[in-house]
Amino acid sequence: MADAKPNVALFVTCLVDLFRPSVGFAAVKLLEQAGCEVAVPRGQTCCGQPAYNSGDRADATDIARRTIPALQPFDYVVAPSGSCAGMIRKHWPALFENDREMSRLAISVAEKTWELTSFLTDVRGMTSVDAAYDGVAAYHHSCSGLRELGVREQPRKLLESVRGLTVKDLAHPEECCGFGGTFAVKYPDISGRMVSDKAEDIEATGADTLLAGDLGCLMNMAGKLKRRGSAIRVRHVAELLAGDTGAPAIGEGES
Amino acid sequence: MSVHTPTSHRFPENAREALGNETLQRGLASAKVGFRIRRSEAAARLPEFETLRDESRDIKNHTLAHIDLYLEAFEKRVIERGGHVHWAADAAEARDAVLTICRAAGAKSVTKGKSMISEEMGLNAFLEENGIEPVETDLGEYIIQLRHETPSHIIAPAFHVLKEQVIETFRKEHTHLDPDRVIEEARQLQDEARQVLRERFLAADVGITGANFLIAETGSTVIVTNEGNGDLTQTLPRVHIVLASLEKIVPTLEDASTILRLLARSATGQEYSSYTTFSTGPRRGEDADGPHEFHVVLLDNGRTDLIGTEMQEVLRCIRCGACMNHCPVFGAIGGHAYGWVYPGPIGAVLSPSLIGVEEAHHLPNASTFCGRCEAVCPMRIPLPKLMRHLREREFEKGIPPATLRWGLAAWAWLAKRPALYGLAMRLPVRLLALLAGRKGRFRRMPLAGGWTSQRDLPAPQGPTFQAMWDRKGGRREASK
Repeated sequence: MADAKPNVALFVTCLVDLFRPSVGFAAVKLLEQAGCEVAVPRGQTCCGQPAYNSGDRADATDIARRTIPALQPFDYVVAPSGSCAGMIRKHWPALFENDREMSRLAISVAEKTWELTSFLTDVRGMTSVDAAYDGVAAYHHSCSGLRELGVREQPRKLLESVRGLTVKDLAHPEECCGFGGTFAVKYPDISGRMVSDKAEDIEATGADTLLAGDLGCLMNMAGKLKRRGSAIRVRHVAELLAGDTGAPAIGEGES
Repeated sequence: MSVHTPTSHRFPENAREALGNETLQRGLASAKVGFRIRRSEAAARLPEFETLRDESRDIKNHTLAHIDLYLEAFEKRVIERGGHVHWAADAAEARDAVLTICRAAGAKSVTKGKSMISEEMGLNAFLEENGIEPVETDLGEYIIQLRHETPSHIIAPAFHVLKEQVIETFRKEHTHLDPDRVIEEARQLQDEARQVLRERFLAADVGITGANFLIAETGSTVIVTNEGNGDLTQTLPRVHIVLASLEKIVPTLEDASTILRLLARSATGQEYSSYTTFSTGPRRGEDADGPHEFHVVLLDNGRTDLIGTEMQEVLRCIRCGACMNHCPVFGAIGGHAYGWVYPGPIGAVLSPSLIGVEEAHHLPNASTFCGRCEAVCPMRIPLPKLMRHLREREFEKGIPPATLRWGLAAWAWLAKRPALYGLAMRLPVRLLALLAGRKGRFRRMPLAGGWTSQRDLPAPQGPTFQAMWDRKGGRREASK
């Protein structure tokens, strides 16, 4: 059985589905390189965080209840996001505390759910990728991946194998970028200050590229960098690792 | 003035003012970094730091489960040692208890050690109204008392005040000193405050301190300070009053010692504060000094209502301030914007619990759930989880604006129907990509003003991933 390919469900995440499909395809490519059989189950839309973090537990629970059967048949569930993987892994089981059967299912899905770079390295033992990128990149650790799932060194380790790439540390690598889902819209002034500080930290590294593993944070930082007139290109880490940097960077056009 | 009429309901306006306050922003930028480095170094120097966090959490959980027992034991010991315990259900009862003691002592002047409970009670303004002069003796508290401000941080009350402002305040208020004196360095400011306060210590009729711990086993109260002002406050006057909220109780001296090993490390990065002082009853016959009367005012103010609820864990808090020192929201706006006594993540959880979600509904929402507060909390309080509970309570009460609730309901209705969702999203996403054209982003977007007021909105690439996967004939099921 050692060489049987594991069945992996890609949990695309709503933001990648709607805003940046190229991240989804990069994830599929990396998972296949890691020897997985990848499918994208139909019964998925979103992990439910917009409802869950707004206090709407009932809708969050309903969304999880309907998504769990779609993910249940797979050996693993992988998301190109620490935030969404964290939601499934750490929070879905808590939604069914009073429902034993659903709780059992939620826990079984939670236990096989991984953030992409963590899955590639920690589960599949991947140590390098076959990709090249000519540039200097700053890496931002997204909060949920970092603190809920312990994703810190995994993406860095894979990036070290990208030919031509230098990775720079931020001065405040653990500082939140100010996205926080609806927070960015509900408290725009505070969020704006936080992402401003983050943009300054990024610019100070002298990097020409910004990478992270969560599209929400990336859209926030890219939007701020563009607003400041910065030329720094912003990409999801999966795009670089897969060597898929043909599409324009986040917030940039075809020109 | 120092009475705390909450302004938490106008949090967004408070925050905007704070963001525009350049003096405050300068102070925040330098202060927060120092706290973080010192805490991290102190934790790294102690191999058992993480184990101590577990032990301390367990001690408090046990104590809270039997809090009635331990409080009664504490009261019994205090009385045995010749002290008095005054139970106060709310701030008004606590204020009255303090006033009664002060009146009986014929007090005109009262010195005070740092106490957040005193802030919660609005004690200073109340004493002034009743003809008694309160004098804050912690340097930070003294500065903001002179400036008629409230603390903006629970361990660094004058966090928001720059040195230049302190110089200005001292020159304005210390009119009895030589106007040509040189005060430029922090050291000179400290010396001047010490000189002025020395007179006040000696003149005080009553000394009021807070308590970091109450120890059931011995009936002792414990304070930690770095200035020694607490000791002068409680030993020089005839009467010592301790203000404490109920959850400060721990069973034994050993328990207090365990938690003390975390407190200063988490707060300032010190191994211990300069002074850790235990008070057990009034002066005994053979004692050389100490107060003749010893009173403990035990304030509930809504805390027992939290016991047995999902919010109970907040009562483990030991007020070290690590959560706010590491909070990116606090770091952006400082403490006053939170609008009540306790700022930062602990305030976001405690304030709605004590003054109501109607008044403080913004606070638990003003978090990105970055999780850094929980990561550094010595007592392992799951602050984001508790904020989320409060958001749920607000949602049940219909507090979030209707636009948000309806928007969420419509989105959730769709999100539960994957086939319909997939179809419904295709067109708008395509349209947005077309509208953005070759720029790939928007500077303005109707209904997304909150986003575009601060940053551009990156445009979608065009087709959704799900549509592209269909077109490609990609696998949908697990293979056998």
